[in-house]
Amino acid sequence: MSVAHYFDTMDYGPAPESDAEARAWLARHDKGFRHFIGGEWVNGRSHFDTLEPATGKVLAKLSQGSGGDIDAAVKAARKAQAGWARLGGHGRARYLYALARLIQRHARLFAVIESLDNGKTVRETRDLDVPLAARHFYHHAGWAQLQESEFAGYQPVGVVGQVIPWNFPFLMLAWKVAPALAFGNTVVLKPAEFTSLSALLFAELAGQAGLPPGVLNIVTGDGETGAALVKHKDVDKIAFTGSTEVGRIIRRETAGTGKSLTLELGGKSPYIVFDDADIDGAIEGLVDAIWFNQGQVCCAGSRLLVQEGIAESFFARLKARMSKLRVGHPLDKAMDMGAIVDKVQLERIESLVKQGIAEGAICHQSPGAAGDKGFFYPPTLLTNVHPASTVAREEIFGPVLVAMTFRTPDEAVMLANNTRYGLAASVWSETIGLALDIAPKLQAGVVWVNSTNLFDASAGFGGYRESGFGREGGREGACEYLKPVAWAKRKPRGAAKPLPALKAKPGAGVPLIDRTAKLFIGGKQARPDGNYSRPVLSPKGELLGEVGEGNRKDIRNAVAAARGAEAWSKATAHNRAQILYYIAENLSGRRDEFATRIAAMTGARRTAALAEVDAAIKRLFTYGAWADKFEGDIHTPPLRGLALALKEPIGVVGVICPDEAPLLGFISLVAPLIAMGNRVIAVPSERHPLAATDFYTVLETSDVPAGVVNIVTGDRQSLVKTLAEHDDVDALWVFGSDKASADAERLSASNLKRTLVDHGLATDWFDASQAEGPVYLRHATQVKNVWIPYGE
Amino acid sequence: MSGVAILPLNKPGHNGLPRNAGMPLALDLIDDIRLNFPAAERRIAALPGRRTVKKDAQAAWLLKAITCIDLTTLAGDDTPERVRRLCAKAINPVRPDLLEALGMADRHITTGAVCVYHRFVATAVEALRGSGIPVAAVSTGFPAGLVPHDVKLREIEASVADGAKEIDIVITREYALTQNWQALYDEMRDFRAACGDAHVKAILATGDLKTLRNVAKAAMVCMMAGADFIKTSTGKEAVNATLLVTLAMLRMIRSYQDQTGFKVGFKPAGGISAAKDILNYQILMKEELGREWLEPDLFRIGASSLLADIERQLEHHVTGRYSAFNRHAAG
Repeated sequence: MSVAHYFDTMDYGPAPESDAEARAWLARHDKGFRHFIGGEWVNGRSHFDTLEPATGKVLAKLSQGSGGDIDAAVKAARKAQAGWARLGGHGRARYLYALARLIQRHARLFAVIESLDNGKTVRETRDLDVPLAARHFYHHAGWAQLQESEFAGYQPVGVVGQVIPWNFPFLMLAWKVAPALAFGNTVVLKPAEFTSLSALLFAELAGQAGLPPGVLNIVTGDGETGAALVKHKDVDKIAFTGSTEVGRIIRRETAGTGKSLTLELGGKSPYIVFDDADIDGAIEGLVDAIWFNQGQVCCAGSRLLVQEGIAESFFARLKARMSKLRVGHPLDKAMDMGAIVDKVQLERIESLVKQGIAEGAICHQSPGAAGDKGFFYPPTLLTNVHPASTVAREEIFGPVLVAMTFRTPDEAVMLANNTRYGLAASVWSETIGLALDIAPKLQAGVVWVNSTNLFDASAGFGGYRESGFGREGGREGACEYLKPVAWAKRKPRGAAKPLPALKAKPGAGVPLIDRTAKLFIGGKQARPDGNYSRPVLSPKGELLGEVGEGNRKDIRNAVAAARGAEAWSKATAHNRAQILYYIAENLSGRRDEFATRIAAMTGARRTAALAEVDAAIKRLFTYGAWADKFEGDIHTPPLRGLALALKEPIGVVGVICPDEAPLLGFISLVAPLIAMGNRVIAVPSERHPLAATDFYTVLETSDVPAGVVNIVTGDRQSLVKTLAEHDDVDALWVFGSDKASADAERLSASNLKRTLVDHGLATDWFDASQAEGPVYLRHATQVKNVWIPYGE
Repeated sequence: MSGVAILPLNKPGHNGLPRNAGMPLALDLIDDIRLNFPAAERRIAALPGRRTVKKDAQAAWLLKAITCIDLTTLAGDDTPERVRRLCAKAINPVRPDLLEALGMADRHITTGAVCVYHRFVATAVEALRGSGIPVAAVSTGFPAGLVPHDVKLREIEASVADGAKEIDIVITREYALTQNWQALYDEMRDFRAACGDAHVKAILATGDLKTLRNVAKAAMVCMMAGADFIKTSTGKEAVNATLLVTLAMLRMIRSYQDQTGFKVGFKPAGGISAAKDILNYQILMKEELGREWLEPDLFRIGASSLLADIERQLEHHVTGRYSAFNRHAAG
């Protein structure tokens, strides 16, 4: 090609980024990469090839991590953890700061390695992945520095196993490793098998920079290696980013082990364009939403929802924009898209698009990569798609946008939320009232107003619903790598005393008027569906009364009632506070009666029973106080704009109450949930349920709207199972049994409920440090970050 | 609706493209204009990372840029000799040995036009005779545009009479700042009529209009009233051409083309002095509007010192050594 040729055509011509340094680094490891364990490089027993997606050629050999390698890495991490925690916040801040600087010093090498290994453009790795990774280490160096003052009362979780995906290999390492190390944990990281190289480069440089041995361990390998890490008995927490399918497996695998878990999973994120939007801006946003990283982005705006009146013109302009997109070698600096990570993924994309077309979608594609042999797929738009289409429901994880229309704001919200996922959403409108009205209505952990795919270390990222739980980044993310010291002190509750035998009591005189305890569902006292009852005995075996034997259908009805009480979640915090105070007021009026009931059921002395009622009243006040004070944050990411971290209720929550402190335990769990706007299905203490059933008349007199608190008595184990399996229950709290805890965690995998369980550890409900406060409120809410860039 | 300037102009001077005939002022289209500032900023911030030209392609793009330059002198101390020197540079903008080395000696590379005040139109026309390079005159009380309307029209007519083929008018900023679109439309339509066969470039003075929405709306009104080009700045405002206002204006050109089928040209002016800057403008033209908008009939660059930097870059491309200003003829 000559100057004259370009003068006539005004084509761009090639603009290759040099890969010489990266190839030289790879050449130094041509015998195969090893694991990084305890500060040493350990050769795997076998190796596998990692490919260059742009060419399909072998890039390097990686060690396949075995169970033994994982065990060695966990041991090294365990050995290092106490010392790393003892180093203190400032000491760790120094290390994290050094790691941030190290990333910046070697930024171009990281960028080129990442591009070669993953197939994404060097523009993205250079301008986004690597700078954001450095930003995460800087930001978390800051949290380490502030840990003692800002997180007093919390301690590190311990040894953390982290399994990361192939779409942002280095950035996901930073998102996982930076907070874990900052707060005093040590790490065993398993990179994705397709894309391990940037993690190995990082380990190499971190080792040279003097990171203490064992603090960060990296074991490469496939899913088997990851499974060995997840199953390892001495790991305290698993943090996983990847597919919802694998996330579910990990949820089941870790159930009942006491491991804490965060999951950042898939999505099918809506991209909503109202007719008063900046259309060109919204179209340009789509380039960043779905053709960023070849669409292999969990939060990709993959479901376009356009207001019907502008749809035709929008699609025409979108197609015009698509005609300008350039796909080709990822190291060419003038490309919009590079290669798909692997043949397997390419085939999945192809097959889903074929299925979409077979179901009636109209396919429009940009020009693809010319003459390249790698795993390329062109930017694709599917129109004539409906919510019932496979391509509108399944995560494609490729550069494929599906487009639908809506008529009204309500319909936009309905369609946006018509998915099992809830990771992210974009809203485009130039009307501030509309945009800010829609954002809170979207079931998503991140909402971008007039923007898309904005990320920062200061703003937590994570999902609602089946997009997972936990947050990465910001103050909200910090809590995922810490645990309350007070909870760490809890001890297993001993085996429950055997139930006494029922003693028949001879009648004496005229009986008291019979009081039948019923279930409380949708604001009404309800007989149990099965019409069976179970006896409630005193410690001596006297029959104190009978409660309904709740069954599956009662749970179903209670969940439906709770789902219907959505207005509670939208009520003002002031209103919820008033009602909590009013409940306390009405309970205090019946103080003696409740104390008598507690004493009769538990055999507690009257003073102790009165103390429990008083503590319950006080606790209701505490949550009445918190209702309008557990507020969100305003993050200040590096842009002209705000990220509002809203604390939103989770929704419909099942609560299994413990046997100890039958009133106080019940109040301690239900009150924080309703204070934050959740609706509850409470299963009272199995053995001492009458305090809770007496309580529904308190609720009835306290203006609590129907369906906000539902009470279903009965057999704990079977009710846990029904609640855990119910796909319309958003969260489940289980206190009182290790078996029920394990069941709840395992069975909740079907819709990935947020769970809070005690694993059979006894909580002292009278000790406020264990039994109340922000730690419960945090579990009663989920953080949604609403990004609002502004400017005129 | 007041009378509309539909002028029977469809001449080769616009490279065979039909000249923008204008359309009735459509206030609903103006009201519908939406422009999200952070989204526009993001597009511009990302652009240099998404597109670049290197080596031969870069040399070619820079040569193309030269053909689009309105080589300009608009100073109070301009004299006939100063203008003749500029015209000589316009005719031979690049050292012949460099063009030879680039394989472009036979392409007759000249600047797109020479741009002067009315006083020097005749001088420039004479100096450029036979070169095919048109003379552009800034007009209508440039740069503030606050002389009486009939004086503006007479100034245009005088420049056309002296041989100017292109007239760069300034709009009355007040009309845009007070959203008086009818007044802006009427003014522009009169300017267009006064130009006759000469092409008219509407200078929006974007630095005075401040918001991208004002810029976009003013651009659209000027196109509706028959502007052949829309131009960012006089070079005298506190802020002159930027990629951000360019994006807003290019999107309006595209939208106007969707409405009417007419292709309107674009001219950034003021503050573009580095070769790497002009490449970004060219890339934005190509991405937002297309290949056609890289030629001088639809793209002009108002600049005085840009050419010298391009010459240095071209010499670097030929020799591999960094060049110096004194190795290239002054303009």
